[in-house]
Amino acid sequence: MSTVVTANPAYRTPPGTLHTILLAGSVSLFLGALLSDLAYYNTYQIQWSNFASWLIAGAELFSGLALVFALVNLIRAPHKKGHVLTYFLLLLVTWALGLFNAFQHAKDAWAVMPAGLVLSAIVFVLACLATWVGLNPRVGGAP
Amino acid sequence: MKRSNTLVVLGVSLLLAACTEGEGAKTLSRGADPQLPDPQRGILPSMKIAEPSPWGDQKPTVPEGFSVTAIATDLQIPRQTLVLPNGDILVAEGRGGNAAKLKPKDVIAGYIKAKGNTKVKSGNRLTLLRDADGDGQYELKTVFAADLNAPYGLAFANNKIYVANQDELVSFDYQEGQTKAGGAPTTITKLPSEINHHWTKAMTVSPDGRYLYVGIGSNSNITERGMEAEVDRAMVWQIDATAGTYKPYATGLRNPTALAINPETGQLWSVVNERDELGPDLVPDYLTSVREGGFYGWPYAYWGPNVDPRVKPSDPEKVKATIKPDYSLGSHVAALGLHFSSPVMGEQFANGAFVGEHGSWNRNPPVGYKVIFVPFANGRPAGEPIDFVTGFRTEEGKTRGRPVGVTVDPRGALIVADDLANTVWRVSRNR
Repeated sequence: MSTVVTANPAYRTPPGTLHTILLAGSVSLFLGALLSDLAYYNTYQIQWSNFASWLIAGAELFSGLALVFALVNLIRAPHKKGHVLTYFLLLLVTWALGLFNAFQHAKDAWAVMPAGLVLSAIVFVLACLATWVGLNPRVGGAP
Repeated sequence: MKRSNTLVVLGVSLLLAACTEGEGAKTLSRGADPQLPDPQRGILPSMKIAEPSPWGDQKPTVPEGFSVTAIATDLQIPRQTLVLPNGDILVAEGRGGNAAKLKPKDVIAGYIKAKGNTKVKSGNRLTLLRDADGDGQYELKTVFAADLNAPYGLAFANNKIYVANQDELVSFDYQEGQTKAGGAPTTITKLPSEINHHWTKAMTVSPDGRYLYVGIGSNSNITERGMEAEVDRAMVWQIDATAGTYKPYATGLRNPTALAINPETGQLWSVVNERDELGPDLVPDYLTSVREGGFYGWPYAYWGPNVDPRVKPSDPEKVKATIKPDYSLGSHVAALGLHFSSPVMGEQFANGAFVGEHGSWNRNPPVGYKVIFVPFANGRPAGEPIDFVTGFRTEEGKTRGRPVGVTVDPRGALIVADDLANTVWRVSRNR
């Protein structure tokens, strides 16, 4: 990854270590939530729904902090467009929809379903996309 | 939402900021045949916690011909009261429940709800109040029994005082005039106490003193703690007062918070707190006769065969078997007190039931926060409820008190426990 750093201003430096941990961590947390939702959907065992709620809370914390990094990068960027903007917007939508999903999961018992499962799937895909773009400065077009 | 500046937790302010305005108290549907709107639940539930505010010089409002006095203050969360044959009053004090917080929502909701309750520690005791000279001032206030475990239901029969703790039913031998229990209580039977999401064990005794009826609330709002947690919950037990043997007497009663026998008919009645998060006007809390072997719906259905889709796996047979309750008190009023009246309360209030309404926390505008009288005729509710004690909320929307147990004193008064102001009120009929 470090080889990406070049003198060419068209390429931005990839996220730092903490930023990367937060961003990639939120992918696994959102995945855990999706799998837990699937388990609840198939078994009616409420504990899976509890797991999903906490995993989403953790994912929101991680992606929320990553979002702060993304915002700082955006503010510092000389041109507020292209990759740096795409990444920020993708992560913002991920986080916002994730928050909506957290509230959906705060409903009682089966009231979470099926919207909670659908939301978890969408948010997971969005988190993957945001992370892919965030960790690959070339994606998303030249600035 | 000017209160939200005092709340620092992000989730809390988000929840509060999203409080949705209800259509008003006029939508409160009461009586035998309430209107049931379609279930609704936004992405955030409605919450409206009324900030506590001291009574100061103020008192509750009572009907003409009655006056109200605080007969005991500085109690430790008074819930239910019992008038003994010599006129002494026993007050059960305490707070129970040990439900774990299972979801982030439980943490946030618990924090918000605690803002509308007393900060006083659970008393876990019975206090005795005595008015020896009959002037309406209860000059003696003494601890009758201590070291109980969240006592709630009280009953007197067979020269014994029966106390329903949150985990067991116990009795004290009693001789008239006693001001302190003679010793440790005797266990009659253990009561279901795992989790104790709804911990209050309401109680009454059959007219012949042979059976005790104990209400055991559900372990969740609507099975969100799992079906396994609901074994022996949401039902009324009939317990043999001597042997301690028991059987489920009626089931599907989500949270039967007060039980009483109608003296006219000998029939068992209960007030029941129904499920939340189906909207401001669902599901009505109710007053109902409790039929032996009857199933009243929880968790599968409400107010007769209306399916609750939040319960999986569902049970169509149970839905079909659901009995429609007798009388709606209105959704979210949180009825916690029930006692039948007698002619000592005057002609207008001679036949009927007093109901203490603790008040809502998840409805905007709030409802309840008063004591009502439901008139009866021929052993059945007949007519509109009448406000009997009001003024528990200020005009600015703060809360001075929250009624719980109500008990008719045969000397012509209604005893009302207030667990926010930690006060016992006596509403006496002027002579």
